[in-house]
Amino acid sequence: MFGYYLELAVRSLRRSPGLTALMILSIGFGVAASMTTYSVFRGLSGDPIPWKSSRLFVPQIDSWGSGERFHDEPPDALDYADAMALMRQHRAARQSAIYAISPSAMPTGTSRNRSPIMLDGYAVYSEFFPMLDVPFHYGHGWSADDDVNELPLAVISDKLNRQVFGDGSSVGKTIDIDNHDYRIVGVTRDWNPQPRFFDVEGGYYSIDGPDLFLSFRHSVAINMINAGWDGCRKGTSDPQGDFVGLQNSDCVWIAYMAELDDVAAVQRYRQYLDDYASDQQKAGRFRWAPNNRLRDVPAFLDYEHVVPSDTKVSLLVAQGLLIVCLVNTVGLLLAKFLRRSGEIAVRRALGASRTAIYAQFLTEAGVIGVGGGILGLLFTVMGVLSVDQVLPASYAVLARIDPSLLLLTLLLAMTATLLAGVYPTYRASRVQPAWQLKAP
Amino acid sequence: MTVHPILAALRRHKVAAFLIVLQIALTLAIVANAMFIIGQRIERMDRPTGLDESGLIRILQQWPGAPSGDDVGNIEQLDALQRTDLDTLRGLPDVLDVAASTSIPLLSGYTTGDITLNADQKGLSVHAAYYYGDQHMRPTLGLHLIAGRDFAASEIRHGRAHADSPVIIVSKPVADKLFPNGNALGQAVYQDGKPSTIVGIVERLQTPRRADSNWAYNSVLEPLRQDDAYMSYVMRARPGREQAAMSEARKALFAVNPMRLMPEPWAGIHAFSEIRAKAYRSDRGMALLMSVICVILLCVTAAGIVGLTSFWVGQRTRQIGVRRALGARKIDILRYFQIENLLIAGGGAAIGALLAFGLNEWLMTHYEMTRLPVLYVAIGVLAMLALGQAAVLVPARRASNVPPVVATRSV
Repeated sequence: MFGYYLELAVRSLRRSPGLTALMILSIGFGVAASMTTYSVFRGLSGDPIPWKSSRLFVPQIDSWGSGERFHDEPPDALDYADAMALMRQHRAARQSAIYAISPSAMPTGTSRNRSPIMLDGYAVYSEFFPMLDVPFHYGHGWSADDDVNELPLAVISDKLNRQVFGDGSSVGKTIDIDNHDYRIVGVTRDWNPQPRFFDVEGGYYSIDGPDLFLSFRHSVAINMINAGWDGCRKGTSDPQGDFVGLQNSDCVWIAYMAELDDVAAVQRYRQYLDDYASDQQKAGRFRWAPNNRLRDVPAFLDYEHVVPSDTKVSLLVAQGLLIVCLVNTVGLLLAKFLRRSGEIAVRRALGASRTAIYAQFLTEAGVIGVGGGILGLLFTVMGVLSVDQVLPASYAVLARIDPSLLLLTLLLAMTATLLAGVYPTYRASRVQPAWQLKAP
Repeated sequence: MTVHPILAALRRHKVAAFLIVLQIALTLAIVANAMFIIGQRIERMDRPTGLDESGLIRILQQWPGAPSGDDVGNIEQLDALQRTDLDTLRGLPDVLDVAASTSIPLLSGYTTGDITLNADQKGLSVHAAYYYGDQHMRPTLGLHLIAGRDFAASEIRHGRAHADSPVIIVSKPVADKLFPNGNALGQAVYQDGKPSTIVGIVERLQTPRRADSNWAYNSVLEPLRQDDAYMSYVMRARPGREQAAMSEARKALFAVNPMRLMPEPWAGIHAFSEIRAKAYRSDRGMALLMSVICVILLCVTAAGIVGLTSFWVGQRTRQIGVRRALGARKIDILRYFQIENLLIAGGGAAIGALLAFGLNEWLMTHYEMTRLPVLYVAIGVLAMLALGQAAVLVPARRASNVPPVVATRSV
């Protein structure tokens, strides 16, 4: 029976090629606009560490007081004093203070690079690596003792390993970073979580992953300046470039991440932060009541508005376009089906049931859905391939075409068109055979 | 012609009429908001920087392994490198002028502070962005000095950047906000609590911050050559010699000292036109995307009106024939469908106008969006009515050409 309906559908659609083309184009455009903007949204809003993000928390401590802040929330990052106090007291299962560094890998007699390579790196504590499940190609991170001893140890990326040492493991070798020698203890695999949720800027998108990790305490000891963002209280000046001044200021510049494995641990940590802040209040450093936040990674990224609002607005507008296209298709299908009232009446009079009419017309809608889906697929691929024309490169690379996107496109087109076909089909099935056959 | 028979006929096509009304309403709501977004983006891209942009080049580089800290020896070493660079660039044949300058509009790397009238920072306070540079900065950037003077060579300090210069040049908005009487020149002010005197006023200088803000043009020039691992210069090329000046600069800088880095994309030697294009890339993209969506929407809706009206005309061929046989002229039939469409489009536009404001309200609460001006909605309503009339013309013509004889035929 399906084959027969299919044949009927194709024959009917061919009878009015203009209307058919219009419906297919309409579905195709609507679906493609939605899926193209969705692919960007999906790329940018993905969870950077899905298996663990709900157990990773970002503490925020109000070190500025309400009159001094730009808005009602505590600062997004920690100042040096608070970050160091939290690290010292070590209350989470794992934790690390983090700041961005941007030294250079200098050429040496044995290295492959003949000129300095500028690096994108972070100064972190030893627990950073197991906490964020940083994958290692060779070697591993360093130990807590190495942190305390401020040892010049480095974890480098696979890419930097290849640039400086060529193929093979460089673990145990020495790398010259800003004219200091570092012993390499680990080489990471290609690791580039998007957005970069552990950065002080609260997550941003980057085409390449970090190249280098050094020990936090060592980096501070040798005065390796903060290459990331810093924010200062209203009315105070930014120490800029003066790294020791930055450490002594109440400007915030340190990202902090804590692993808390269950609800009780989260509760305890919240209490701990409040106790810490009230101790600071008692000591006279804070002249206000504790006002802290402890958000997990997804909540923190959401709070930071990491996904650009343009992306969301575009998705919304594109979905609006899809809805208009569907309303349009409902109208056109209605016109198309009811124009054939005579044909329906004849079929009904010859014994076709309402269900049969349903099947016939939904098949016809389905054929349009397939047509719209194929066209939508084509437009979606074109759309996703051309997003780099309108988006910054670091966003555009995240919009990917993959089997799930293609499948979703087809599915959306089919579902949407069948939905659009429901009412016209219902009307078609209600055609009264007697009226139509009686009419002149 | 009375409206009554048209409404009576429409009542028999409730669903089809409702679908067109809905489609027009949704289209209007989306198009009005999308046009507003496009308008905002174009307005943002058109904002002047205050610079003389053509021929302006920016250089940003890093000295790898440069010492940090406030050690005087280190700072002098960095300053010597910087002075050598500036002299080298000044000697190039296609370079008119060159200056040390920590930032440039549209770049988004910046530092800010608060300018006050009192040392205790109470009372009137103006938030502003700081540009650190030497005496060549103002002329090289092409800023228009409207009062006072440039920095003298003797006033240029060097070292780490701190907003504590004894003399400053401010942009006009800063001057006007601090001294509404227009007597800012020569006045004493405080930058984050440190005293300074306004010696010059430039007409306009946008801050490096790209986002809209109420201090977008509050800028302060500080006479200080910043000595840091990152160094940034601005350079003005001879007219039409921009590309030549850029390649000469690259060659000359690496010849004088190869131990420098210019990692793209954020560092390197760039014409200001490139910086501008990059800064507004996502705004341009958004405007482009919204335009494409608007065009598709309008086409789809117009096509939908054509499709449904054609269906109607087909259904009513006999009735049209009867009307023609009873004496209606062609123009009457044409008018009938035109008025019918006007009613439907008018209803859709009325609902759409409400929806447009509703959608804008929703966008305002969830995203950074400002209130939709009535003008956009008014233009949208007119556009919808015009679109409806244009779309109905073809099927209405066909209807008016139905001959009276149809009335006597069966089927």
